[in-house]
Amino acid sequence: MANESNNSEPAASTENRREDMASHPTYYVPEQSKWPIIASVGLFLTMYGAGNMLIDSQTGNKESSAHWILFLGGLTMAYMLFGWFSNVIKESRSGLYSPQMDRTFRWGMSWFIFSEVMFFAAFFGALFYVRTFTVPWLGGEGDKGISGHLLWPEFQNQWPLLTNPDNSLYPGASEVIDPWKLPLLNTILLVLSSVTVTIAHHALRENKRKMVIGWMFATLVLGFSFLFFQAEEYIHAYNELGLTLAAGIYGSTFFILTGFHGAHVTLGAIMLTIMLLRILKGHFSADNHFAFEAASWYWHFVDVVWIGLFIFVYVF
Amino acid sequence: MSAVLEGHTTDHHHGPAKGLWRWVLTTNHKDIGTLYLWFSFAMFLFGGTLAFVIRAELFQPGLQIVEPNFFNQMTTMHGLVMVFGAVMPAFVGLANWLVPMMIGAPDMAMPRMNNWSFWILPFAFAMLSSTLLMDGGGPNFGWTFYAPLSTTYAPPSTVLFILSIHMMGISSIMGAINIIATVLNLRAPGMTLMKMPLFVWTWLITAFLLIAVMPVLAGVVTMMLMDISFGTSFFSAAGGGDPVLFQHVFWFFGHPEVYIMILPAFGVVSAIIPAFARKPLFGYTSMVYATASIAFLSFIVWAHHMFTVGMPITGELYFMYATMLIAVPTGVKVFNWITTMFKGSLTFETPMLFATAFVILFTIGGFSGLMLAIAPADFQYHDTYFVVAHFHYVLVPGAIFGIMAGIYYWLPKWTGHMYDETMGKVHFWLSFIGMNLAFFPMHFTGLAGMPRRIPDYALQFANFNMLSSVGAFLFGFTQLLFLFIVIKCIIGGKKASAKPWEGAEGLEWMLPSPAPYHTFTTPPEVK
Ligand code: HEM
Ligand SMILES: [Cu+2]
Repeated sequence: MANESNNSEPAASTENRREDMASHPTYYVPEQSKWPIIASVGLFLTMYGAGNMLIDSQTGNKESSAHWILFLGGLTMAYMLFGWFSNVIKESRSGLYSPQMDRTFRWGMSWFIFSEVMFFAAFFGALFYVRTFTVPWLGGEGDKGISGHLLWPEFQNQWPLLTNPDNSLYPGASEVIDPWKLPLLNTILLVLSSVTVTIAHHALRENKRKMVIGWMFATLVLGFSFLFFQAEEYIHAYNELGLTLAAGIYGSTFFILTGFHGAHVTLGAIMLTIMLLRILKGHFSADNHFAFEAASWYWHFVDVVWIGLFIFVYVF
Repeated sequence: MSAVLEGHTTDHHHGPAKGLWRWVLTTNHKDIGTLYLWFSFAMFLFGGTLAFVIRAELFQPGLQIVEPNFFNQMTTMHGLVMVFGAVMPAFVGLANWLVPMMIGAPDMAMPRMNNWSFWILPFAFAMLSSTLLMDGGGPNFGWTFYAPLSTTYAPPSTVLFILSIHMMGISSIMGAINIIATVLNLRAPGMTLMKMPLFVWTWLITAFLLIAVMPVLAGVVTMMLMDISFGTSFFSAAGGGDPVLFQHVFWFFGHPEVYIMILPAFGVVSAIIPAFARKPLFGYTSMVYATASIAFLSFIVWAHHMFTVGMPITGELYFMYATMLIAVPTGVKVFNWITTMFKGSLTFETPMLFATAFVILFTIGGFSGLMLAIAPADFQYHDTYFVVAHFHYVLVPGAIFGIMAGIYYWLPKWTGHMYDETMGKVHFWLSFIGMNLAFFPMHFTGLAGMPRRIPDYALQFANFNMLSSVGAFLFGFTQLLFLFIVIKCIIGGKKASAKPWEGAEGLEWMLPSPAPYHTFTTPPEVK
């Protein structure tokens, strides 16, 4: 029967399933799986370890073993990601997935990206709020300016904010990053990489595998160069400009936005690397390669976020 | 059609695996729904215990039982546990059980991720609760964790609190994505969007709200963590940041969050009232549009929680009028429920009792909400017990009664047995009396100026507080009766037919009771 979806023998029943699907399609419902519980344990160890590391450093606990918990959590998560994805890839390649399953993956990935958009929206919102309201009010503007004026009479409204209200507690940066140097270069790199990944996708659809590999390679080179320059920029900011996390609200918003963006580029680059490896192993076909598409969607998403960053964090 | 369905439900024989591992490894939406519901009930009792500490302390004026700092930990944990541990998982549990059966799907769209969404929660709450035992105590800044109380002046355990919120967020987002994918992609042929039961509709919209605002909550706790551990100044004016920024971002999440806790209850009630009025729901289409409008409006009213924080006057006015707009679609809903009952052949079995009480008492909560929405009046009410009365009226007879109505209504389908009707009625009436006794007097103490989150109070509030405490204990202990009724119904009782409620409608009632382990592995045809 088509509705017997026994996990232990997917390959054997593939043929039957395919025939059955033609008459009345079934949706693949996996039997029990060990991956989610491993994922929960891994996530817990990671969070618990990381949390206790922060607490121990805050309270000055010298005998902390929290980093071991974090390490264990990281290993568990890596094991889980590898195992779970291998499982899914195997199922997909043995033909268990119907076009309906493909639509599930598409919906899933789209809404996941939407959730990421909202995550960044919180930080962009914070940036806009402090620029339009907080800093002017602290500088004494408008009805709400009175208290700022009383507390810090010297404080001047300006953006980028280089002198903070209490500049001894939060020493401001001496200078901010020049947008027309590294950031502009990085913008070009990232936009180009969005183009190259699209070319690779078109090539995959036409089954030109050599071309796919070439363009994917180019994409990765561009992506990793972006990360390299971003790291370069951070070092420059910390060592020469005094632009740090503790440099007041400018540093805070700058690093939270560029930092999370950088983390997402890293994740996207890892996804694309795995896609390249899978292509090298002969995975995917002209009309069945959603994993690849998902990774490229993600890549476009980080690209769009960067454009927002470039405009609102660096240029204006 | 039912003949067709039964043919299909008997020919597959994959039952559940045996033993404890069944629950750990399961990918079955019914198993996971059960897990969610039991977890939620455990959290309901845990959160209730914390509330007992609060009400015991407030039984009389003066510091009686606990230290003020511990009292603050109790109010904080009570709120967090009830919101994130009791109400939200209960609705996800109901969705897991019901959405696939209602739309004719074989399971949730992503069954393994479904398991992960659930199993994150016990770990997250273990971590959150463990903070109570740490040096410096647990979170003591209220469930709204306003900065700088939750940053500069917070106990060290706050870091774990933040990370546990992250875990709950991951769980909710994955759960919501799963529900959306299921509803959009797994409906049986012929089950068009406008044929879906309202419970499915309200959950679809709730899931959208979850995906839109849980990441914002993640963002705000991340900024807190940065301020605490990495020296940033998001919420510190000395560095050019702003504690009010915290409140804006928090309530951008927080107001949609309160609708996340009520929309699925709207769906439950919209299923139950027609069933016991033996009339189709009045105004189905308007219900769908009203739900969507409420969801949309919930994004643009957040600062009604911040009228006293010192917003510019234009802000006060805008948020006041925008908030009042929500009463319009909410009114549409209440109108439709009442019109559905009008001239119906009403009977009042336990689910209907809870649903009827829902309509009446939730409306009271809506009215006090309208009072709070009037910005100049809110200057008086804000941070008093009037607010506590308001949100308990929308959450206890709203969200919680909605959940209970749903559990009584679908319990025969889940267990194959009827629950004990007499006991169910007793449970309802004791809950009804207990909760009104607990929360109605809070309107008066609040209007008279008693502040919330305070372990001691002026003598003039003594009588009302004593009444509140008595009511709270009555309500709390009554829930043990609920536990008993549910267990009794699982173990045995009168056999339930496939459709134990004469007026019930929907695909789930065409399945046998108890519903087989796998249902609709081949989609039914919906006409
Ligand atoms: C007509 C609909 C509603 C209106 C106009 C309304 C209005 C308000 C206002 C203005 C406040 C802030 C009061 C203050 O802090 O001074 C408030 C608080 C609150 N409302 Fe509502 N509300 C409505 C419905 C709901 C619903 C449906 C829920 C949940 C199911 C809810 C849950 C809450 C909660 C939890 C708080 C308190 C948050 C806190 O400060 O801890 N409200 N409401
Ligand atoms: Cu609100």
